[in-house]
Amino acid sequence: MTPYVPGDSPVHRCPPGRKILALVAAGTLLFAWPRLDLALAALAAAALLSRLAGIPVRLMLAQLRPLAWILAVLVLVQLALDGWQAGLLVAARLAALVLLAGLVTLTTRSADLIEALQGGLSWLRPLGVNPAKVGLAIALTLRFIPVLAAIAAEVREAQRARGLERSLVALTVPVVVRMLKMSDDIAAAIDARSYDPDRDSR
Amino acid sequence: MSTRDIVFVALFAALTAALGLFPPVTLPMVGVPITAQSMGPMLAGTIAGSRRGGAALALFVLLVCAGLPLMAGGRGGLGIVMGPGGGFVLMWPVAAFVIGVLVERSLRSLSAWKEALILVLGGVVLTYAVGIPWIAAVARIDLAKAALGSAWFLPGDAAKVVLVVLIARAVRRAYPTLQAR
Repeated sequence: MTPYVPGDSPVHRCPPGRKILALVAAGTLLFAWPRLDLALAALAAAALLSRLAGIPVRLMLAQLRPLAWILAVLVLVQLALDGWQAGLLVAARLAALVLLAGLVTLTTRSADLIEALQGGLSWLRPLGVNPAKVGLAIALTLRFIPVLAAIAAEVREAQRARGLERSLVALTVPVVVRMLKMSDDIAAAIDARSYDPDRDSR
Repeated sequence: MSTRDIVFVALFAALTAALGLFPPVTLPMVGVPITAQSMGPMLAGTIAGSRRGGAALALFVLLVCAGLPLMAGGRGGLGIVMGPGGGFVLMWPVAAFVIGVLVERSLRSLSAWKEALILVLGGVVLTYAVGIPWIAAVARIDLAKAALGSAWFLPGDAAKVVLVVLIARAVRRAYPTLQAR
């Protein structure tokens, strides 16, 4: 997981919803006007903001590492086709967006992010999407990921005893079936506690 | 959606995230790493069905956009969607929904071949139809080059389709989840 870096900078205190919107705006802007000066400005802004938030340079560079070879290939292709300016533009734009996105994650607790998301989804209500249900689904998803990993480890152990640890089908089928059974139990348990997403809990 | 549907949606969103935990398999011939994650929409569509599967992948994409590091290799954030692979990721909910609709429609006479065909249509053809132009636009290379670059993933996709057919058929037999339309 990308760690949350605690702090009290203006970047940390900015409401999560506003940070996400700013990120979307920056991305749209950079793709609508593919200009080198804009991309470099965004890169500078990312560097400046991370400095302001007190994020170590090492952590920011770590955001770019998974992208390093994609960036290298992109730059080489662009260099060969359109000259160095186009290559620099693509690289600078991608790096700026990834850094800005990383900055949002590094300066926002995931609980705050989920709450902002649930609030930001209230416009979906007329379309028949209940934000409270989305909130429940998000919370369940985050809880299910470690549970799935634990069940997968158990099943792998059981299949190793049968000499089947290399068969993906023999690993996945029992995991999914067990999770489906568990889901029915969880749904029954939630209903048994009179869960009513239509009633506003606040 | 009933409570059971919500729990199913969360389960398949989590399953897609968990598939990202698998170490990427590197093909011996071409050396391109392939993640198991694109099996998420296929499994969600064939096991959870159209509405729940589509919602599960939409939820997954939403969480990735919000910055949770759920993509293979611990990546996340809007940078993923805006990056070269964004078109594929954004098509996952659509793929899961379309696969679900097609499977539900032919559930009574669903042979393994038919199911594989549905998976190729929804999980490969449909996603590449958006994914390849997206690469071309983001990386500013022409369509033919983007298509050629993506062709490296086809052997992996074929393997995934076979795996999902085997898994989905076994799971549905053990624990029926779908109703024929």
